[in-house]
Amino acid sequence: MAKVLMKGNEAMALAAIKGGVDAFFGYPITPQNEIPEYLSRELPKLGKVFVQAESEVAAINMVYGAGGAGARVLTSSSSPGIALKQEGITYMAGSQIPGVIINVMRGGPGLGGIQPSQADYYQVTRGGGNGDYNCIVLAPENVQEAFDLVKESFDLADYYRNPVMIAADGLIGQMMAPVDIDKETPKLDLPEKDWATTGMKNRRTKENKDVDPNIIVSLSLVDTVLEEMNLVLQKKYTHMRENQQRYELINIEDAEIVIVAYGTSSRICRSAMEILKEEGIKVGMIRPITLWPFPEKAFAEIPESVKGLLTVEMSMGQMIDDVKISNNGKLPVGFYGRCGGVIPEPEEIVNAVKDFLGGLNG
Amino acid sequence: MDNLVFERTKGLTKKEFSYCPGCTHGIIHRLVAEVLEELNVLDTAVGVASVGCSVINYEYFDCDMQQAAHGRAPAVATGIKRVNPENTVFTYQGDGDLAAIGTAEIIHAAHRNENISVMFVNNAIFGMTGGQMAPTTLPGQKTTTSQNGRDPYVVGMPIRMSEVLGQIPGAYYVERVSVHNPKHIIKAKKAIKKAFQNQIDGKGFSLVEFISTCPINWRMTPNDSLKWVEDSMIPYYPLGVVKDGDKND
Repeated sequence: MAKVLMKGNEAMALAAIKGGVDAFFGYPITPQNEIPEYLSRELPKLGKVFVQAESEVAAINMVYGAGGAGARVLTSSSSPGIALKQEGITYMAGSQIPGVIINVMRGGPGLGGIQPSQADYYQVTRGGGNGDYNCIVLAPENVQEAFDLVKESFDLADYYRNPVMIAADGLIGQMMAPVDIDKETPKLDLPEKDWATTGMKNRRTKENKDVDPNIIVSLSLVDTVLEEMNLVLQKKYTHMRENQQRYELINIEDAEIVIVAYGTSSRICRSAMEILKEEGIKVGMIRPITLWPFPEKAFAEIPESVKGLLTVEMSMGQMIDDVKISNNGKLPVGFYGRCGGVIPEPEEIVNAVKDFLGGLNG
Repeated sequence: MDNLVFERTKGLTKKEFSYCPGCTHGIIHRLVAEVLEELNVLDTAVGVASVGCSVINYEYFDCDMQQAAHGRAPAVATGIKRVNPENTVFTYQGDGDLAAIGTAEIIHAAHRNENISVMFVNNAIFGMTGGQMAPTTLPGQKTTTSQNGRDPYVVGMPIRMSEVLGQIPGAYYVERVSVHNPKHIIKAKKAIKKAFQNQIDGKGFSLVEFISTCPINWRMTPNDSLKWVEDSMIPYYPLGVVKDGDKND
């Protein structure tokens, strides 16, 4: 096991290489620039493709083209840049093109700021693109997990022929931590990409000389055909919902309060939980690792002892919608959040838990 | 079949075109398809359809195809060509697509000297959406969004994309042609062939602009449309080579 001290962004870039990336297309934006910088240096050495595009719009459409041609493709950006990529992401979903999109989230709305944020929860789980589509969204809590999830994401994208998003934030991207860069991640049994546009020659065999063109398309002008195309996508999304929900349960046995938090927020909540434990307050946590599909299964595991759920986000309350849907009215749901790039202190969360508990005990 | 003198190109599927009577998209499709066949690249070709009247040309060209978002075909083609350089990659775009929403993508594909071939069909109007004004619409030309005729004082003069692209250092070959009579159709085919041969030879970004007709949205008969190309379009959009890297060496 070789542990290397790396910045989160560089770890994600290396993870992409370890995950077999063939090409990167991107456009500079803070706080994710170490990803393209690292890959601009390393990919050409491996005979692989790095292109700095003229815009995020162009970059995601290059991903579309290269992914449609069968390559393993990555782009990365940060919040306002991800907004620009939404057009291409819905085209990828509609045309069933695999690809990985890293979002190192920063504060918004508009140009916002460059400090860490989770205010893109809606953007990554609901998409800004048009139509009924979903991306698998993976939210790492630390640099090692960022490495692991990015490496694995290429298999997930290929398995489902669907875009996969990584929802990191500026803290994870900029933080340095030791990373086990040889760590094995789960592998999926992947089918041949017999749909890719690599030229008809590549599909002709001695036995089968008569091949049809491969066509990458999301268009149909016939309503019933478009509905059929949608139902194919929905079948995949159902499979994802049933098989890809990922979460971590922390100390939920005998808990009075369960925090729901992901990414950097869950990391800070862990520190708050230590303080609360010393004070004799029993607090557990559900940590979603997939933001989509949202891990609603986790909520079935909440014990009788729990009096309420406290959602903690670095936004003004977005994931709380999914928490409420998963909770289905069973328990009171509270919220604590900071925004604009402000990272909450553990003490703030300690106080939020106490306030929430106080309110429940009335 | 010893006396066979002509047959339909293998570059086109058997699907019937959806184009309006008198529209010259069909001629341009056939020329592109014939060139792909004659250069023996149909089996390695990957085309990129854009948004506009030619949006479903992935049903017409008998090779692998991708359909791109409006204006993004050069970026999509960049992605395809960069990961599989052995493929012959082309885009087929209209003037609403390439000269309006897709200006950034086409300019930077030329700027990077992407080794792709671009077929740019300029009929001075948004055809598929019902005849709205394009950046290429001529002064005084009536469209559904310039009902009194294009007023250059309000919306500027039409953009000459070939000249814009021709001055970009990265662009290798840019030529404007027309398909309004047999003489020009033969010239157009030569230009297409050069644009694809350049790619095969690794010379880089090559674009052919076709002056094309839109009788329905121009509110003209097919014959009058051909005459309008000659009398009004070509004087503003002069035919010929704008840039040829072979001659600049």
